[in-house]
Amino acid sequence: MSKGLLKFITCGSVDDGKSTLIGHILYDAKLIYADQEKALELDSKVGSTGGAIDYSLLLDGLMAEREQGITIDVAYRYFTTDSRSFIVADTPGHEEYTRNMAVGASFAELAVILVDASQGVLVQTRRHARICSLMGIRHYVFAVNKMDLVQYSEERFNTILADINALAGELGLPDIKLIPLSATAGDNVTAHSGNMPWYAGEPLLEYLENVDVGESGSTEKFYMPVQRVCRPDRTFRGFQGQVEAGGISVGDTVRTLPSGETATVKGILVTDKQADTAYAGQPVTISLDREVDVSRGCVITTDENLAAYGTLDVSLLWTDDSELNIGDDCIVKLGTKMIPAVVTGIKYSVDVNTGEHIPAETLHKNEIARCTIKLSEPVTADRFALHRTLGELILIDRVTNMTAACGVVENVYDKSASGQEKAAFTDGVLKARGDLFEEFYYDVNSYNVFHSQTINSTFRVGDEIPTHGKSFAYPDDFDVIVMRDRVAVLIRGRKVERLISFDEYSYDCSAPIVNGRGFAVLAKTGEDVKKFIYEYENSDESTLPELFGKWLDFDTYRKIFISGAYI
Amino acid sequence: MAELSHLDELEAEAIYIIREVAAECEKPVMLYSIGKDSSVMLHLALKAFYPEKPPFPFLHVNTTWKFKEMIKFRDETAKKLGIEMLEYINEDGVKRGINPFDHGAAYTDIMKTQALKQALDKYGFTAAFGGGRRDEEKSRAKERIFSFRSASHAWDPKNQRPEMWKLYNTKINKGESIRVFPISNWTEKDIWQYIRRENIDIVPLYFAAERPVVERDGNIIMVDDERFPLKEGEVPQMKSVRFRTLGCYPLTGGIESTASTLDEIIEETLASVESERTSRVIDNEAAGSMERRKREGYF
Repeated sequence: MSKGLLKFITCGSVDDGKSTLIGHILYDAKLIYADQEKALELDSKVGSTGGAIDYSLLLDGLMAEREQGITIDVAYRYFTTDSRSFIVADTPGHEEYTRNMAVGASFAELAVILVDASQGVLVQTRRHARICSLMGIRHYVFAVNKMDLVQYSEERFNTILADINALAGELGLPDIKLIPLSATAGDNVTAHSGNMPWYAGEPLLEYLENVDVGESGSTEKFYMPVQRVCRPDRTFRGFQGQVEAGGISVGDTVRTLPSGETATVKGILVTDKQADTAYAGQPVTISLDREVDVSRGCVITTDENLAAYGTLDVSLLWTDDSELNIGDDCIVKLGTKMIPAVVTGIKYSVDVNTGEHIPAETLHKNEIARCTIKLSEPVTADRFALHRTLGELILIDRVTNMTAACGVVENVYDKSASGQEKAAFTDGVLKARGDLFEEFYYDVNSYNVFHSQTINSTFRVGDEIPTHGKSFAYPDDFDVIVMRDRVAVLIRGRKVERLISFDEYSYDCSAPIVNGRGFAVLAKTGEDVKKFIYEYENSDESTLPELFGKWLDFDTYRKIFISGAYI
Repeated sequence: MAELSHLDELEAEAIYIIREVAAECEKPVMLYSIGKDSSVMLHLALKAFYPEKPPFPFLHVNTTWKFKEMIKFRDETAKKLGIEMLEYINEDGVKRGINPFDHGAAYTDIMKTQALKQALDKYGFTAAFGGGRRDEEKSRAKERIFSFRSASHAWDPKNQRPEMWKLYNTKINKGESIRVFPISNWTEKDIWQYIRRENIDIVPLYFAAERPVVERDGNIIMVDDERFPLKEGEVPQMKSVRFRTLGCYPLTGGIESTASTLDEIIEETLASVESERTSRVIDNEAAGSMERRKREGYF
């Protein structure tokens, strides 16, 4: 019975023999092609080992790697035995290249961690086990290598076994297996070794062929981050993405996030074929029975527990050469959403060797830490342990565009009321969004200004609005012009009097005027307002700041209050 | 609950990647080399956006030395599918008479590498899909799915961006561009099995047929047109051959074979003892030759 595809990595400290081990499996199992074998023998002659076959040359494909005799970046290898297909990511052991090791770990279902029998469990062994665990790997093989150098000693193996068990206990690794072997001599790699009669278990390859890495009885409900909206013509509007969990059928009721609307599934395409039901892992196009406010970065789900949050508590692996400081801003990518964010706190960094929590103000390359991230708007997210895809994130440097960190969500805060993007004002077909009633505060820990939405209502004609909040105070009469919706709202006597499309609106100077954010518009006449709208609609990202500086004033009706410990 | 097959998993991964690029990159293009990997990639692009057409054009960099059957197949495919197919030829190279017989490695550089750079610059593409697979060659095995190029199209293999889960970072600065390899994790066997499963049209040159060939340095080369410089007294032999990879006809070695159906090809591929790149003459140089070319901008 075929077990399907197994994606695994090999990791461990420098010179623990990772590349040699994989090279040996490929060679032994006749899984390399004849011309590669010839190249291997040729390379070995000019290489460092003088004649004997150096199996690692099968994997170390970059020139710098071959020159230095080390692995710098992760190499992917593909092989198939009679019972299973494999993709193996062979990762570098040097601490300097930890981030490349993490790339492999993010891809794998199982980790083969090598331990040099003569050296025992090293700092780098612990670091790699910790990163694998952080990235969500559930299955581990500790390959105790170079047993030939310790005279195939069972006693030595048992000492290492005890250390590994302690480490697995600390990290909470769910499934572990230890195999004593020698990658160079070939003991317990593809065949059982006569040199270690005391080991009754399977050799490595046999174990990998049979190990079950399926998620046990997944009961997760359906969720799908939207990659794009498919609109080939006016009659069809479908949401494209990959089903991340559960199943979805035509006729099911779904919720859209963060808008919080509900709708019924009208049609499902699995790639280009119509289907009644789609399952986890499939690429789909879903159409709904009604108009909903959904674009890239939104999530469609049947899970009533999912929500959008403004603040995330995350475990981060910092991978950038520059350091991370509290208050640094960055771009977060989570699911299919890319969004500006600020690291507002570092709770502690983790000693990779002992697991001890260390107070930290900055993070350096390859450090693991627990951090707080404040997003510029709420994003559908969840704890990694509950909804994997909504708990994985990367941080992107705003200047260099490098992927500066990867991490997983440990906790979520500042739940956004559903319908966060609902119109602030509505009248029939006219809708005007607005952040007039958002509070601004200055966070003294991270030196940043944040905002939060405290009022989440939609006001209709005749409704009374709250003119005073902690950080805003509006007059009783004023006009609001909402640029992105092209709608003006007249407030008279603290009540919504009218909504008017820009096409019919002209400012009559009878009351002050603000924009959708509640900033005063510096216009004295109707002509001024027309000019502002014209300039706004003909601006681009680079000219907007200047335009706003010219036409808007923050302080007239708003202020910023000071906040200490936000969380 | 249905368990995805190995091919379904690879297909889902590729479609996810193709959609991410379409959604996040400013001006994508899909390179189309007319080979089997390109045919699979084009098929995936059609499936990824259905019922919409792929929201980007396709680009063929023509060295002017492709098999005649390839160009015919390219034009028919574009017409049948209603996709936008751009062709780019390095006209300067043509004027200078650059050819694979007299100019060796310089030919590949000028008519392929330079032509590709010129084409990307001409149209201002910010992301280009390529059909590269990691099982083809050792330096490819090390390359990320999203692979970044400087403004001068150079690849820096020692400083690749971390690529975690499927959170692809598509952000670039002005002038930089991305090469995206959606079928990185497919093997040659996967490609053939998928072609069979999906009934994908491929160039007939992949199937064995009687073709006029000569032997050069142990490679079987097809004499596809009158430009081939035959040695004195040399007469092309008719042999039943097929091609495992397709490129410029003077640089593509065929194999003697009678495999004329997909099943026969797959059977022959699985039993094969030589990996597919041996039939590309340019790869049989010193170790590292592919990496060197890639650093200089070869796809």
